[in-house]
Amino acid sequence: MTRYLARRLWQSLLVLFGISIIIFIILHLTGDPAVLLMPPDATKEDLDNFRRIMGFNDPLFFRWPPWQYLNPPWRFLTDTQYGRFFTGVLRGNFGMSFRHQQPALSLVLERMPATIELTLAAMAIAVCVAIPVGILSAVRRNSVLDHGGMILALLGQSMPVYWLGIMFILLFAVRLNLLPAFGAGGWQHLILPAVTLGAFSMARIARLTRSGMLEVLGQEYVRTARAKGVSEVRVVLKHGLKNAAIPIITVIGLDLGTLLGGAVITETIFAWPGVGRLAVQAISYRDYPVVQAAVFTLASIFIIINFLVDVLYAYVDPRVAYK
Amino acid sequence: MSDGGAIALEAGQAVEQREARQDLRRVLRELFRNRAALIGLVILVGVATSAILAPAVAPYDPIVQEIALRLKPPGWTVPGGRTYLLGTDHLGRDILSRLIFGARVSLIIGLSAVALAGTLGTLIGLVAGYRGGRVDDFCMRLTDTMLAMPFILLALAVIAVLGPSLRNIIFVLGITSWVSYARVVRGEVLTLRTREFVSAARALGSSGGRIVFRHLLPNVLTPVIVIATLEVARMIILESALSFLGLGVQPPTPTWGGMLADGRAYLSTSWWLATFPGLSIMLTVLGINLLGGWLRDVLDPRLQL
Repeated sequence: MTRYLARRLWQSLLVLFGISIIIFIILHLTGDPAVLLMPPDATKEDLDNFRRIMGFNDPLFFRWPPWQYLNPPWRFLTDTQYGRFFTGVLRGNFGMSFRHQQPALSLVLERMPATIELTLAAMAIAVCVAIPVGILSAVRRNSVLDHGGMILALLGQSMPVYWLGIMFILLFAVRLNLLPAFGAGGWQHLILPAVTLGAFSMARIARLTRSGMLEVLGQEYVRTARAKGVSEVRVVLKHGLKNAAIPIITVIGLDLGTLLGGAVITETIFAWPGVGRLAVQAISYRDYPVVQAAVFTLASIFIIINFLVDVLYAYVDPRVAYK
Repeated sequence: MSDGGAIALEAGQAVEQREARQDLRRVLRELFRNRAALIGLVILVGVATSAILAPAVAPYDPIVQEIALRLKPPGWTVPGGRTYLLGTDHLGRDILSRLIFGARVSLIIGLSAVALAGTLGTLIGLVAGYRGGRVDDFCMRLTDTMLAMPFILLALAVIAVLGPSLRNIIFVLGITSWVSYARVVRGEVLTLRTREFVSAARALGSSGGRIVFRHLLPNVLTPVIVIATLEVARMIILESALSFLGLGVQPPTPTWGGMLADGRAYLSTSWWLATFPGLSIMLTVLGINLLGGWLRDVLDPRLQL
């Protein structure tokens, strides 16, 4: 068990490493980041100076022969661009934001609580609605409730997230004037973005719950419980739900990570002051240190959540450690 | 080969062809029996036809602006006989025509991105599954890495660097979504690897490459097709998200996401600018999901999607 978890931990670290490489490469995709980052009317001299100061003249990863970077042993970390980026990341230094005069990582961390609040609220709403709907659909199979619920779930999975958000704004903020359309504040500001963000997960969890419950309720031990005279509610909840819960929990864990990414668009629509919105703005301003910091932080959280899901899964179903 | 062998081969092929035709007939019959899939098919055929025949089907030019007629509600009739069925946008362009031309962009990008991602993912899955060992481990780490990146941010960053264009969008979408195909193909290959026909082929001297392409590939295609169908829907939604954020195909080419973004500013006065593009996206994606879901149930119910 511990070996399995240690292996998963090591793999998570490798993935983080891979992500750092990807983020690093993106900035250099066009070949000359100096042209990308400087204003269009920069002279050749300006560009050369910029390249010298930013260290763009150093190789990205290495120059031939590659073993020159082992002498002195830390040469890779100081003389290549990726090496410097890597040590920076380890220390939490992603550079200064070009736009706001602030370290990129601190900008990201300032906005992180808002994004986490939104994500947790979205998942909470999704679960609180989806699981009861799924259970009821399974218990009252082929009824109006079942068909209606599943049709709504199918629609929910087919809808683009931001369209739902816009329609909500149209209905609740513009027409009915019930809820604010943007910004953060009390719970009124949280509801619309949270429901919008959680809609897709809500639909998916509802369908998953329904199919899981259907499968479990057909099992022998359920029939035994009913024969023993256990009340139907206890049968459904205690015997049924507990056994169907494992894949549902896995999906919830994975979706939490996905919601972090999906929050980007929702935050933009509702002007929610989170990391996603910061990242989108940073991209349009070409504020690459902030983009790098934001992507890396969000990816790290996703990886941590995945690892926790692995731990939970191994705890609930120990067979998985012996594959 | 002897004459008897040739005749037997031909007879075998004839039997195969007849069986294939019977299979096809069975599949079509299943299709028509399932109402949901039928609805999905009808929707998709409608969208695809109007996209292909766009210049003939669209009532007006989608790009020509007529400022005098801006922001007219659906059903507006100009004295003189012209009707704008879904209204006009803020530059006086007919929304229905723009929707029809927008379908082109969505479908082209969706299908191309899926082709690219599918090919890439299937190849990686085949190699990882067949070779196993360190190659497999490396591919799996690669998949985990790709999955950990919040996709929208990755796509945004790449397009911001490379510039928005049809080609770049297809490239980004293709490069980032190969994971689903790779995982499923790898799983299938792992199961198939132990079967007798693989050992037989190897005993007969087939090289690894030949085994992969001639024997394994046709057998893994079924789940790939199912996934590809559902992925087209995802690609369409992602493309419209990119257009919504301004990094999709640039104006004046109409895109559904772009129309949504335009409509946002006029939400309180002219609701039709934002509502109809969203409905189009939802309808198309719904059609694909219905058809794809039916396809999965018929071809491979084991798939957990």
